[in-house]
Amino acid sequence: MFDTALSANDLVFLAKGAGITIVVTAISVVIGTILGIIFGVIRVQLGAVLSAPLTLFLDIFRSVPLLIQLVLANAFVGMVLQLQLSGFFVACMVLSLYTSAYCAEIVRGGIDAVPTVTRRAARSLGMSWGQDMRYIVMPLATRVALPSWIGLALGVMKDSALVYVVQVTELLKSTQILITRLQEPLFLLLICGAFYFIISFPLARFGGYLEKRWSND
Amino acid sequence: MFDYTFQWKQALARLPKMLDGAVITMEVAIISMLLGILFAILLTMFRQTKSRPLNAIATTWIEIARNTPALFQIYMAHFGVASFGIHFSPFTSLLIGITFNNAGYLAENFRGALKAIPDTQARAGQSLGMSPVQSFRYIVLPQMLRISFLPMTNQMVWAILMTSLGVTVGMNSDLYGVTQDLNALTFRTFELFAIAGVIFYIITKVITLSARLIAARLFRY
Repeated sequence: MFDTALSANDLVFLAKGAGITIVVTAISVVIGTILGIIFGVIRVQLGAVLSAPLTLFLDIFRSVPLLIQLVLANAFVGMVLQLQLSGFFVACMVLSLYTSAYCAEIVRGGIDAVPTVTRRAARSLGMSWGQDMRYIVMPLATRVALPSWIGLALGVMKDSALVYVVQVTELLKSTQILITRLQEPLFLLLICGAFYFIISFPLARFGGYLEKRWSND
Repeated sequence: MFDYTFQWKQALARLPKMLDGAVITMEVAIISMLLGILFAILLTMFRQTKSRPLNAIATTWIEIARNTPALFQIYMAHFGVASFGIHFSPFTSLLIGITFNNAGYLAENFRGALKAIPDTQARAGQSLGMSPVQSFRYIVLPQMLRISFLPMTNQMVWAILMTSLGVTVGMNSDLYGVTQDLNALTFRTFELFAIAGVIFYIITKVITLSARLIAARLFRY
């Protein structure tokens, strides 16, 4: 009833693409989150005026299409600096900064959600800045930030579909290659979409659950 | 190491063409946003009803839109439906893809906004003799749109950024498509895409700033 020319080899090819998608996402989310926490804390610590240059820099990653960021980074590295870097490296670099820009915003929102009086109370009990950050701000800010962070990580996974422009064959690109060969666009696209959906949907639901559970009202 | 000469003049000579592309980009984003809001309102109403099939349609739409890449949705609108013998132009496919995505995300925003509006208001409207649709239209909807104004601005920025994906289905009249064609002609990749990036940056900044001004004017009270 349902004929397809899809062979086991093709499935392996798709699985490899899915692996690349997951690896690129994992690397970018880890580096991006670390950078994002640093940037976010710097922005809160310095205040709006002093951290304006940083804000402006991070704003670029949120206001320019990811596709253009990738092409620009690739052209800059390859043509201007003339370095022989792999597309994979460039993709991870750009996606990490892209993640960090959004993550900084989330971290800032989380820290801002901790009442100032709570932090002053911690300091007046003799806690150092680091202790205040570690034992007071972090647990409280995480509650606010974690659901949005899950959303961000899933967003990065979906956006990683664009890294094909720097010659990284991730899931959607491998699907497209197979479509060109097998001429069965609908079937192949459904497999590809199902993969994204299966990863994204439960995590998104989990994020929604956490948000509901941890909300103050 | 630094033996690359920037040719900004050559690239800037193409600026008028790129600005034409920017107009198309704006066009796609605005149309998809308006349609997206309409569909999102419809989906929100579907979710409010007790009818199971309508609920199922709304939930499926929203979850697919939110849990798959936008690029996948545009592919689906272009290559996927082609399997049924329906062929859209790149412009239409892009518009369908972005509208689908916008509607899904906006419907979720609207749902959040609805939570902030007490049930009693709709019921008060009905007890004044309004039909359920009337009370939704005149009491709930205006407040819902007001509460979700900021998320809508964000979605508008997203719509602008998403238009750059049209190039994957053969669109060459939007800002990204024009830039890519010019790149194929002149091979000044860095200069051309840097200019395109600046144009995108300006567009998104203008949108967010003007939205803030509009919000300050509209929501004074």
